[in-house]
Amino acid sequence: MDLVQLFEELLFDYTLRTVALGSAILGVVSGVLGAFAVLRRQSLLGDAISHTALPGIALAFMITGSKEPIVLIAGAILAGWVGTLFVMSVINSTRIKSDCALGLVLSVFFGFGLVLLTFIQRQPEATQAGLDKFLFGQAAALMEKDVLTMALLGAAALTVLLLLWKEFKLLSFDPEYAATIGLPVRYLDVLLTTLLVIAIVLGLQTVGVVLMSAMVVAPAAAARQWTDRLGIMVALSALFGALAGVSGAVISSTTARLPTGPTIVLCVSALVGFSMLFAPARGMVWKWLRQARNRRTLVAEAVLCDLYELSLQHNRKDHAHAPAVLKAMNVLRAGVSRSLRELKSRGWVAATAEGSWFLTPEGRAEASRLIIEREGDGS
Amino acid sequence: MTVAYRDRPVLWDVDLEVPAGLLMAIVGPNGAGKTTLIKSILGLVRSTAGQVLIHGQPYKEVRRLVGYVPQRGSVDWDFPTSVLDVVIMGRYAHIGWVRRPGRADRESALRALEKVGMADFAGRQISQLSGGQQQRVFLARALVQDARVYFMDEPFQGVDATTERAIIGLLKELRAEGKTVVVVHHDLQTVPEYFDWVTLLNVRRIASGPVDQVFTDQNLRLAYGGRVAFMSSAIQTGAPEK
Amino acid sequence: MSVPQIEIQLIAAIVAAACALPGVFLVLRRMALMSDAISHAILLGIVLAFFVIQDLASPFLVLAAAATGVLTVALVEALTRTGLVKEDAAIGLVFPVLFSVGVILISRYAGNVHLDTDAVLLGELAFAPFDRFEIFGADIGPLSVYVMGGILLANLLFIVLFYKELKLATFDAGLAAALGFSPVLIHYGLMTLVSITAVGAFNAVGSILVVALMVAPPAAAYLLTNNLGRMIIFSVLIGVASAIGGYWAAHALDTSIAGSMATTAGLLFVLTFLLAPERGIAAIARRRNRQRWHFALRMLTVHLFNHEGMPEAAEECRVDHLHDHISWAPDFAQRVVRYAERRNAVVEEDGLLTLTDEGRSIAREAIVE
Repeated sequence: MDLVQLFEELLFDYTLRTVALGSAILGVVSGVLGAFAVLRRQSLLGDAISHTALPGIALAFMITGSKEPIVLIAGAILAGWVGTLFVMSVINSTRIKSDCALGLVLSVFFGFGLVLLTFIQRQPEATQAGLDKFLFGQAAALMEKDVLTMALLGAAALTVLLLLWKEFKLLSFDPEYAATIGLPVRYLDVLLTTLLVIAIVLGLQTVGVVLMSAMVVAPAAAARQWTDRLGIMVALSALFGALAGVSGAVISSTTARLPTGPTIVLCVSALVGFSMLFAPARGMVWKWLRQARNRRTLVAEAVLCDLYELSLQHNRKDHAHAPAVLKAMNVLRAGVSRSLRELKSRGWVAATAEGSWFLTPEGRAEASRLIIEREGDGS
Repeated sequence: MTVAYRDRPVLWDVDLEVPAGLLMAIVGPNGAGKTTLIKSILGLVRSTAGQVLIHGQPYKEVRRLVGYVPQRGSVDWDFPTSVLDVVIMGRYAHIGWVRRPGRADRESALRALEKVGMADFAGRQISQLSGGQQQRVFLARALVQDARVYFMDEPFQGVDATTERAIIGLLKELRAEGKTVVVVHHDLQTVPEYFDWVTLLNVRRIASGPVDQVFTDQNLRLAYGGRVAFMSSAIQTGAPEK
Repeated sequence: MSVPQIEIQLIAAIVAAACALPGVFLVLRRMALMSDAISHAILLGIVLAFFVIQDLASPFLVLAAAATGVLTVALVEALTRTGLVKEDAAIGLVFPVLFSVGVILISRYAGNVHLDTDAVLLGELAFAPFDRFEIFGADIGPLSVYVMGGILLANLLFIVLFYKELKLATFDAGLAAALGFSPVLIHYGLMTLVSITAVGAFNAVGSILVVALMVAPPAAAYLLTNNLGRMIIFSVLIGVASAIGGYWAAHALDTSIAGSMATTAGLLFVLTFLLAPERGIAAIARRRNRQRWHFALRMLTVHLFNHEGMPEAAEECRVDHLHDHISWAPDFAQRVVRYAERRNAVVEEDGLLTLTDEGRSIAREAIVE
């Protein structure tokens, strides 16, 4: 279908609109908070938190009997929070490192969640049907009230973040220094992590437990490649998250049997890949091109100097030499012909009718300059 | 101050009185607890026993009187922020909650950068700085606090000679203004030239006082466990203790 | 106990042991989360292999899974080497992509096959006994026992054969390389084993719980000992205990066996966390407390020693004066005095403190040292 049709669908199709909106909100909130998580090296905390949500949801249901999204979300947030506290206390009081603590909490909490979930499943009422959509995310089952909850909670989280922007910035950059100027570092840490928990729980319904970690990490990783300023990075991260969310929602709704969650993840990963390759300063493609150019320059300089050395051995300054001689001299062997062409275009060498090469006066000057420079650097 | 880790004391019964308005060096072999001392003074590390008084009052009540310059390696310099931004962070306590840095803060930060000779780098991304430049940015951040007491952890480590001279010049200016500067220092050779007082530390306080009285062969041997060869004014820095 | 019950426990125990072995090295090498990443990414390998072989029970799947696991590790490292993302972010980027591709492939091309993402993620141990291993028509037990048993043996063999190299490469990769061992080979060897173990255990416990069995028992063991050999043994024991204990808990509560095993492993970890002899919370708190009193005692004796026999002794050596001179809160000072008395270091009379010989020697020790 063409773009206009697509746009119409987006506006008027209830399901698509809801899913796209929900995904966009997810993208923005997780993008913003993911930026801070990534900068604080807490990328995988996101993975752990999304797994800890499961027992929270199950317990919330078991205790209240309600499947209202706000109730389940509250349960998930509480469980995520408890899990994070446990991770921190293990890291701070034992020699167990963060990766181990995260893996521990992630798998054990999830296992416990499974126990609860199966337990619920086997109850006679069998009313757990809505609960396991949190496991894998069934974006298609998103309803307007889900999206409303996401929007409100997300807005609240972002407001707190914006209010305490500079405090969180310092906390992320240099927590020790922050403590010395009187910032209540521990509380801020807990607060920021809580915001992350909220962001993750909000996204579970859309992309599910396993893939949520991507939504925390990828937009931020992509954004980092484009800018060196925190504010812009966070904004870009939100943008990329939203973009991936909406694209994923749209693509998966217009293609058969394409689950939304994985599609969103592939979209955002594509953004990361693109950013890593093509972003202006850090992009790898540009780096490769620069490196290739530098290599060519080095080879060209070597050839020029080789010609110079050769010419010193003869009485006639413009004695020509065959390319084969140069190739033999040139350790790198490759690129001699190209170098000669490059040098010729600069007017530093010229070719005889037989295909041998010699230095022009300008070339001689350049070569001697290079050699003096090299010896001046000292070795 | 006593700080113990498991059953091993890192700092044991270190009793220190530092007169105001001078430059003091803390020296000792690796693992002597120098950084731990600074961190436990600032409350960054939990102590088994001890208390800290700054100008007669408990440290926690007078934080704004204290400026801290940590080691360069304590931070990830790939963080997306500019030099000016880092220096302005020193003003956050002054700015208070929620409010954004204003023009006064920016100007104050620029003045501090000028003092350390980094004013031209204000907009630069911090990952592009050299070691000496990074050190100067941390220094500017502490200066902006306009504190009365400064604690610095190895500010001269891995820094080029020009920067080192610039920094020590700055410290002497601070002293002239009546401030106190306590520096964990790694280079024994420059202690007499740079500092007024020195504390020799090796888990315990070996000695503390004016440099000409305390910085003796005997004390150095005590602190460095006999691995110091004193050859007139040339001093070999101690090998890591067993 | 019925035969199926015994078989289930046997399988569970074998799975736990097989996971604990590579898990020890993952924890020590700070690669615990790689197990999470690998166990999710393997889905893609299984799916691709399935497309080729069209058979869910084929051993080729194990190879494909191993390959995907190694691929995951290689991708993460390549990504980290670019310097554009840090290592933890790299992990969080790579496995979701692989997993997503796997899920999409299943959804689009294998939707009618019994390759359930549920089953892959969660596993159901209760069904394991139903897959029998038949040789020449004779039923010699559940297939899982042989598959996992084989994997357990492989892991054991690897560790036994390469113990020295593993130990060295884990604690000092530089030295290992200098001595001619290839830490890289060891590394990828280990990762291959992790992948194979993960795919083997999928059937029984699902991917997430593979992580639990690979991380929790070794983490607990890490708190119990400094010795690598003992750590391995403890990990296996704790893992098996989690398996058996988890099984019975699930039996009693009629719930997911795999989830129960993971929860039990977690509970055992918490127990260790609290009660481990030297590194547990209780032990640490006790030690810190002891140090505080010990140090306070020394300060008291030194203070009394310094003023002993001096004219101001009558003033300085009073209990209520301690508050002034050593800046102790009055009730803390009281408690220190009681402690010192119990340790036979001081004697109190009418608020005046005198050192005993014992107390004097403590003070002398403190001053001289």
